[in-house]
Amino acid sequence: MDFEQWKNFKGGKWTKEINVRDFIQKNYTPYEGDDSFLAGATERTKKLWDEVLELYKKERENGGVLDADTKTPSAINAYDAGYIDKDLEQIVGLQTDAPLKRAIMPNGGIRIVEKSAESYGLKVDPETDYIYHNLRKTHNDGVFSVYTPDIRAARSSHLITGLPDGYGRGRIIGDYRRVALYGVDALIEEKKEEQNILNVDEFTEDIIREREEVSDQIKALNDLKAMAAKYGFDISVPAKNAKEAVQWLYFGYLGAIKDQNGAAMSLGRTSTFLDVYFERDLKEGLITEEEAQELMDHFVMKLRLVRFLRAPEYNSLFSGDPVWVTESIGGMGIDGRTLVTKNSFRVLHTLTTLGPAPEPNLTVLWSTRLPEGFKKFATKLSIKTSSIQYENDDLMRVTLGDDYGIACCVSAMKIGKQMQFFGARANLAKALLYAINGGRDEISGKQVAPKFEGITSEYLDYDEVMEKFDNMMDYVAKIYIKALNAIHYMHDKYSYEALEMALHDREEDILRTMACGIAGLSVVADSLSAIKYAKVKTIRNEDGLVVDYEVEGDFPKYGNDDDRVDQIAVDLVKVFLNKLQKHHTYRHSKHTLSILTITSNVVYGKNTGNTPDGRRAGEPFGPGANPLHGRDTNGSLAVLNTIAKLPYEYSEDGISYTFAITPAALGKEDDIRVKNLVNMLDGFFANSGHHINVNVFDRALLEDAMEHPENYPQLTIRVSGYAVNFIKLTREQQLDVIHRTIQDRI
Amino acid sequence: MEKFDKSKYAKIHSIESFGTVDGPGIRFVIFMQGCSLKCKYCHNRDTWNHKAGTVISVEELLNKIERYKNYILPSGGGVTVTGGEPLLQPKFLITLFSELKKRGIPTAIDTSGMVNITDDIKELLKLTDLVLLDIKHINNEKCKELVGFSNKRELEFARYLSDNNIPVWIRQVIIHGYTDDEEDLIALKEFIGTLNNVKKIELIPYHELGKFKWENLGFNYELEGVPAATSEDIGRAKKILGLK
Repeated sequence: MDFEQWKNFKGGKWTKEINVRDFIQKNYTPYEGDDSFLAGATERTKKLWDEVLELYKKERENGGVLDADTKTPSAINAYDAGYIDKDLEQIVGLQTDAPLKRAIMPNGGIRIVEKSAESYGLKVDPETDYIYHNLRKTHNDGVFSVYTPDIRAARSSHLITGLPDGYGRGRIIGDYRRVALYGVDALIEEKKEEQNILNVDEFTEDIIREREEVSDQIKALNDLKAMAAKYGFDISVPAKNAKEAVQWLYFGYLGAIKDQNGAAMSLGRTSTFLDVYFERDLKEGLITEEEAQELMDHFVMKLRLVRFLRAPEYNSLFSGDPVWVTESIGGMGIDGRTLVTKNSFRVLHTLTTLGPAPEPNLTVLWSTRLPEGFKKFATKLSIKTSSIQYENDDLMRVTLGDDYGIACCVSAMKIGKQMQFFGARANLAKALLYAINGGRDEISGKQVAPKFEGITSEYLDYDEVMEKFDNMMDYVAKIYIKALNAIHYMHDKYSYEALEMALHDREEDILRTMACGIAGLSVVADSLSAIKYAKVKTIRNEDGLVVDYEVEGDFPKYGNDDDRVDQIAVDLVKVFLNKLQKHHTYRHSKHTLSILTITSNVVYGKNTGNTPDGRRAGEPFGPGANPLHGRDTNGSLAVLNTIAKLPYEYSEDGISYTFAITPAALGKEDDIRVKNLVNMLDGFFANSGHHINVNVFDRALLEDAMEHPENYPQLTIRVSGYAVNFIKLTREQQLDVIHRTIQDRI
Repeated sequence: MEKFDKSKYAKIHSIESFGTVDGPGIRFVIFMQGCSLKCKYCHNRDTWNHKAGTVISVEELLNKIERYKNYILPSGGGVTVTGGEPLLQPKFLITLFSELKKRGIPTAIDTSGMVNITDDIKELLKLTDLVLLDIKHINNEKCKELVGFSNKRELEFARYLSDNNIPVWIRQVIIHGYTDDEEDLIALKEFIGTLNNVKKIELIPYHELGKFKWENLGFNYELEGVPAATSEDIGRAKKILGLK
């Protein structure tokens, strides 16, 4: 391949094959300096952002949804061009024909669309409704046509929760950079070649499916070109400058979010890629630093406008309208050079030029070897905005190389080479209660798992409980994988992510993971610790069901760097993954595990009875891998040491820890706070911790924001892997955040 | 106190693995149990009782501290003992600090200095990299009123540290109407001026966050109604003390 748009780029393998990493490696400029080069927001940016803030306000006043098109099912090219303010926008493109106007995506399920619309006082157009009820089967229909009674029981009793059987699975990252670097035509050529390879004598089911998928991918790429043409751009060829590179890349992403309402629609690792274009233009005097920042600001503004129409149930699980437009920033290359560039600074700098926001989900890939200037800059912004999460690049680079990105919160994947089948999580706290009650639900009394003899003694015996719990986990693992196989088979069939997968390598090179998860890790660890080290008495109702526990004596608690209990948590992770691995997965995907709940820890807790650790029925779990609220008594680093023990190699889909601290507890002066936070992150990641959300704020501020949300439109906090607009949380979740996470030791 | 080997065991109230306000860098902070003073503003009222607390060995503590070296050492931090009054358990601290010295971990003591300078204390101070000396009150009468004891011994203690060239951070809690009279602050400034080992002066704004501990223990909180120090209070005191 050879394009005039590639002028002054250094050649390499990337000119002969689709290979974005090679392009970056050959052409990028590492930056080891500080933030002094950055420019502020331009007048144009300020004006445009004010217009967006006004739209946000209207959206809020309108009950959370500004507008929705309930007739046209969304597709890559379903809408006319839309603008916020055409004269001001440097980067264009909206999901529908107007900003914050939401689209419907009924391929996932028509009922959920109806429910979502109704909850905002809207109604799906009768014709569209008719089509999806009678003529076009959906993902949701497909799944429920094959679900077995045991899956349904486990699902409705909240033993397995949050499954993507009624909504888009998401967590697939298209390599949107390819659109900018190669132009769409070259990508279509590559896909046509793959089709030729898939012309084989043994025309098996797999080959047929793959050929159909590739043909859908080609169609999606053609649609993408047509969509861009409506905005007046020809993206069939590569981008010729920085502005086009940002625009082309964004079009790629925009096509994906028109095509899919995925649970997480992440962006990938784009800022250093774009820096190559910025550097070229800066060198040639085509743009100034102000203009470079402006392009990034306008790009990020677009990412802050991404919206989906979702049901209230969804919001109670994952509040605050999250999209997880995760952008992975920084990290180190395998050749030892840092992947931090000036554009890594620019994308973070949007937290200042535009103010804090939950999206895009800014994720710093931390290495102890990152340049000091960048470490300081990122942590300074964390302290100011609480809008950044950190993940361990030194840990992930070992298996994933240096061109991976984070999907959603903590799911690392090689960009364009890997995807996941998102599997939500199993409630292991509930599984423990089932072990004690012989498979009966502690709240409803229903026999959910096959009947076996529960615990009959008055006091719980550790070995006896462990044996039954082990059997119970076998059962959960079996049902769980059954459900996920059904879900992903149907999602591929009825709601295939054609565009996102078009921006991936050939099928034979794609790694798929079956991403399972655990909820309630700290509850189970503490419960087992109580049974082992204290005495736990069962309290039964008249029906003989154990409904409560009395703990006599003290016991080691998870979150205090105490091996006696932390090891229980470590073993649990290993054991559960091994049990999952015993089951065949759809498309031979690789079993992985996450310890991540997002904000759903509140809902899981609500649906789980009293536990043997003394946690009361209905009380929230700790989010992700967090200790239970108030159980950690030795300070923040003790918690970090506990979390760092959880084995990443058994939990490759991520281990999420949400940390919050008051400014005063972080140090007395601003520069000391930055230094302490840098040292904290260095230490945690050197100890093999995987992920940390950093929140720095005073409790009083959050309490005031609860009472006067109108004064805090942009207040952002980080909860278990993603950032959220605090005022969009339910009151219950706000209280949970305030009570649970703030380390406020005097 | 019960009988145990006081060079190997101590009574502690709790530990804090991420101390950022008691000395430089990230610090492992040990809150020792027991204090004889009766500071009306104490925010750790629960550390007074000599009979309460958990008995812990030097070895247990060292094992814990070792787990935080990745944080402590790169940050220029260390271990700080506070309380309660750490100097009431000097034999234990001698053993602990000797071991920390062997491991290259810096040591600090946060104290009122209201103790007799015994041989044990002298030995301990030789192993101490930094003393955070909380001057309770420069005015002896007011000191007695506020904490129940004369300031004679703590001023002598300050002098001893100066004479022996042990680095000190002077701390003064600012309680509006109690510790921030102009003449007292001037006297404090003059006293500090006679010391040759002071590396830093920290003004600590009084806050009410420790009040609930008094109430939980069933005690009357004597400073009820005294407002937390404001940044203006601190600014004023700094100005008088000639601090930036």
